[in-house]
Amino acid sequence: MSSHPVTASIAQSRRGIVGNKVFFVVCALAGITVMVLLVSVIAQLLSDSRLSLQRFGIGFLTSTTWDPVAEEFGALPFIYGTVMSSLLAMLLALPLSIGAAIFLVELSRGWIRTLLSFLVEALAAIPSVVYGVWGIFVLVPWLLERVATPLSERWGEAIPFLAPPAIGPSMLSAGVILAIMTIPIITSVARDVLQAIPASQREAAYALGATRWETIGIVLSSSRWGIFGATMLGLGRALGETMAVTMVIGNDPSIHTSILQPAYTLASVIANEFTEATTPLYMSALVEIGLVLLLTTLLVNIIARLLVWSLARRFRQA
Amino acid sequence: MEPGTTLPTSMTAERLQPSRWSQYRRRVMNAVGLGAVTLAMIAVVVPLCAVLWYTIGEGIAGINWEFFTHLPTPVGEPGGGMANAIVGSGIVVGLASLVTVPLGILAGIYITEYASARLAGAIRFFTEVMLGLPSIILGIFAYAVVVKPMGRFSAYAGACALSIVMLPIVIKTTEEILRLVPQHLREAGLALGIPQWIVIRSIVLRAASRGILTGVLLAIARAAGETAPLLFTALNNRFWHSGLDQPIATLPVQIFTYAVAPYEDWHRQAWAGALVLITLVMVLSIVLRLIVSRTHSTSDQ
Repeated sequence: MSSHPVTASIAQSRRGIVGNKVFFVVCALAGITVMVLLVSVIAQLLSDSRLSLQRFGIGFLTSTTWDPVAEEFGALPFIYGTVMSSLLAMLLALPLSIGAAIFLVELSRGWIRTLLSFLVEALAAIPSVVYGVWGIFVLVPWLLERVATPLSERWGEAIPFLAPPAIGPSMLSAGVILAIMTIPIITSVARDVLQAIPASQREAAYALGATRWETIGIVLSSSRWGIFGATMLGLGRALGETMAVTMVIGNDPSIHTSILQPAYTLASVIANEFTEATTPLYMSALVEIGLVLLLTTLLVNIIARLLVWSLARRFRQA
Repeated sequence: MEPGTTLPTSMTAERLQPSRWSQYRRRVMNAVGLGAVTLAMIAVVVPLCAVLWYTIGEGIAGINWEFFTHLPTPVGEPGGGMANAIVGSGIVVGLASLVTVPLGILAGIYITEYASARLAGAIRFFTEVMLGLPSIILGIFAYAVVVKPMGRFSAYAGACALSIVMLPIVIKTTEEILRLVPQHLREAGLALGIPQWIVIRSIVLRAASRGILTGVLLAIARAAGETAPLLFTALNNRFWHSGLDQPIATLPVQIFTYAVAPYEDWHRQAWAGALVLITLVMVLSIVLRLIVSRTHSTSDQ
């Protein structure tokens, strides 16, 4: 640049100014796109479900009838299926993920830590449909034979959740596959949260004569909100997970108390019936199901993000 | 305890000395806790091994030349492959990348280089929320904005759905990488009188190119495995697609269709498809790992 005559560099700087403006505008438009996109997704779903919103009102959320032939639509069986399978998944995933995160941060180092972290991330990278194939052909038969049948024979009479008959594709199968799919998310976020806890806290605990386990307890208690955030992120994923669940939950739009029997989720009913929705009302009801799912996951994700962020900020300031 | 303060008389050395029983209990608790944590780690890794083990074991039988070069055969007729679905996946993901990669990188540039702190925070927040949306919702959206106006399922609709899946991933990784580019590089460029947009294009982006590539590959890996948003956008096709405005077969949708069908032969094909998909994703993840570790080792110097 320095070799150019002054006039040339003025011309260039003019080109630079125009270029700057154009580039700025292009970048700004791209930056705004993601905001516009999210808002228009919500708006589109709202407008496409108007028919069903007007017809069924709030009763849509509490009705248990799902009868496309009679055009009676209620979302409760799907809401129940989604909430129950996700809770089941959290119940299984949470202790394992927190344990694994503790192991990664507090107990392992060097290449073992690198390898295990890589494996956990690989678990997150496996596509949902592959989990589904594995679920149908391996997990479901195994669970039925080794877990569901013995459980229902042993406890079925006493505990309504385990009432027989045990069926292969079931709420339990969905919960287990969702747990496997959410574990990597919760583990990796919880690992980051634990790593953010200052080493001085651990050193202080050791200096007071705490055992390793007691030190872990102290570290855990100061990262509890971050771990809660990690759980919410996992929950958000579990609520919206579609393919693997659709393939193992049995797709039965009625509410069974027993988790050993089939169920249906919000995401699954959309996946299965969207192309079959022949009437405008049927389609609109499915879109409203999508809207319910969207708003739920939105809420869960926003809470999770705020928690993880505020914790990260607090430790950066400290 | 502050130095110099004296212990209350009730806390004599004897009282401070923990009983042997409590020492013992603490040691047992320690062992049990650490053991439980180790077991949890093992329990997390086992499903991964099981998924890989079965996918390779069951899938390898269906992998042959025909699988990659032939169309699916009608029910009951053995043989056939998923050639159309593999090509279809490539087309739909490629179309989606064509739109999303530039858009996402530009948005990432806007966040780090131009936007005020508050606006940058807002866009980042929207990106994170977008990242958490169930992909099937994006399928409904793509159906509403592409399939309905066009009047038919198409590769374009599938690409539209996938590009919304990919966008937040590209934005997020681009933005994170650009923030790592040292500020003094930008200042040096500006001090030489280079216009800002050329500084960004030729200095900042070049310094961050490897990291951005990571983000793009990550997004492609994610999109290649997505099934839900394609079910009612790209739909499926038993034959070669006859145009991008026509329904098109994709690998994940084909795997799903075959896995839930009641035919033994299709199940074998589904496993083979799963093996192809998982290999693709794993190879991409390993490439990513290598890129990231090389970036880290060079930036450490």
